[in-house]
Amino acid sequence: MHLEIYFYIAASILFILGIKGLARVKTARRGNGIASLGMLVAILGVLIEAKLLNWPLLLTGLVVGTAIGVLLAKRVAMTAMPELVAAFNGLGGGASALVAIAVLFGIPAEMSLSDYGAMQAISLPAGILIGTATLTGSAVAYMKLGGKNVAHPVKGPTRNLVHAAIVLAIIGCSAWMAMSSGSASAIIAMLLVLALSAVAGVFLVTPIGGADMPVVVALLNSLSGIAASASGFVVSNQLLIVAGALVGASGLILTQIMCKAMNRSLGNVLIGGVGDDNVAEDARDYTNIKSTSGEEVAMLLDGATSCIIVPGYGLAVAQAQHTCAELAKELQKRDVQVRYAIHPVAGRMPGHMNVLLAEADVPYEELWEMDKINPDFQNTDVVIIVGANDVVNPLAREPQGSPISGMPILDVDYAQTVVMIKRSLSPGYAGIKNPLFENDNTLMLFADAKEALQSIVDEVKDL
Amino acid sequence: MDPATLLFIFVLAAFVGFEIITKVPPTLHTPLMSGSNAISGIAIVGAVLALQSSFPTIAQILGFVAVVFATVNVVGGFLVTDRMLAMFGSKKKKG
Repeated sequence: MHLEIYFYIAASILFILGIKGLARVKTARRGNGIASLGMLVAILGVLIEAKLLNWPLLLTGLVVGTAIGVLLAKRVAMTAMPELVAAFNGLGGGASALVAIAVLFGIPAEMSLSDYGAMQAISLPAGILIGTATLTGSAVAYMKLGGKNVAHPVKGPTRNLVHAAIVLAIIGCSAWMAMSSGSASAIIAMLLVLALSAVAGVFLVTPIGGADMPVVVALLNSLSGIAASASGFVVSNQLLIVAGALVGASGLILTQIMCKAMNRSLGNVLIGGVGDDNVAEDARDYTNIKSTSGEEVAMLLDGATSCIIVPGYGLAVAQAQHTCAELAKELQKRDVQVRYAIHPVAGRMPGHMNVLLAEADVPYEELWEMDKINPDFQNTDVVIIVGANDVVNPLAREPQGSPISGMPILDVDYAQTVVMIKRSLSPGYAGIKNPLFENDNTLMLFADAKEALQSIVDEVKDL
Repeated sequence: MDPATLLFIFVLAAFVGFEIITKVPPTLHTPLMSGSNAISGIAIVGAVLALQSSFPTIAQILGFVAVVFATVNVVGGFLVTDRMLAMFGSKKKKG
């Protein structure tokens, strides 16, 4: 009797219900709980299926993994959430790759991988490739999210050639690995596939600009699921295939939502058109810049009845979410209507701003989606932009000629007055000029987001 | 198991994955991502299978590392998602 299969069916159902729950505000927390219950059931299932386990290794692994996981989950600051998600993605991918490699070592010396059939011969290298690329790609994403600049070593048109060569080499080495009987040559081939996959993961993520990070994080999430599926084919385990496919598909949808929010195709993001270390020549040529002070902004707000705050990555970097919420509270005390306009790709991961502002206890009904708040800008007195740039750049409205043409933006320039909190006139990740800065109704407040907001809060309190 | 059957399961599961989350409110983008990411820690099942005594020592060592990776992914992923969602929930919800 294969009792484990019933556990796997139950786990699959729990995962589906869990993900479904996570997609709705009211049921999200319960959904997460249901999914974690599914994982528990899955582990019980595999303990039934496995024969003669190496218990000391298993228990040590579980204890060590749990300790690290708990520590990371409890300690991480909400501002570091994108890095943590990237790290977890990488570990999931890495685990799948390791499973595939372990299975290869389990093949008797006189047999080749292809003796087990085409499915094994394809899925095992695929598991190593996708899993390893997810791991190294996530590592690069982690560094980029942490603010480190990781440049692609190959520049210009040769880059695509190099990428194509790597892909061909991976296919060649995979075929060699599948065909070779006698463990030594299979292992050499496997190590080559492993090394090339690691490089592929790095090269996949390096050309991608900082503004495109939400897409990458979502894509890596999807890949970590597909890697799990591949390793499911390797060990012939239905649950691994189902759970991996669920995550792969849902991650892909999120990737698509992110691409749509930038009016770009996934291919375009991966090739790295925007933000790939090219800054337009006129990106810093500004005339007619009016700079302002916290005091002036406070006076402006004193006469206002409505205010919209537009948070961006600069808010996260400066960890200014609490100061931002404090300002909103002060204004609300003075009967100013305050709302937040959230661009879908603001920040460095999908939903980044929502998480930050939730940490600062901002009620989520004050957070407005782009499509819903855009018609309201024209009736708004003051817009305060905190560390956002490309998502409010009116150049996006030009049908052609700009790297961000066609990207949906927040229509901040239709408001009475726009206050732009920014450290300097430097361009955003798209590397282009932002004509918003020169508008007659735009005031620039040059400062770190937190200091600027604090100065406005202090002045507002003194009114 | 028959490869075609496994492929069949994979395709159906992928379609389920596409269907269950067509519309996600932006507030939930991050929790959905980190929660589903924790599910990809399902690789732990494969890792446990590599710890069976039928596998050579080197495979078991790899399996051990995979168990650690996957467990961090699973435990950390679900916990941090819960932490985030608890923050969302602490607000007074109107309607």
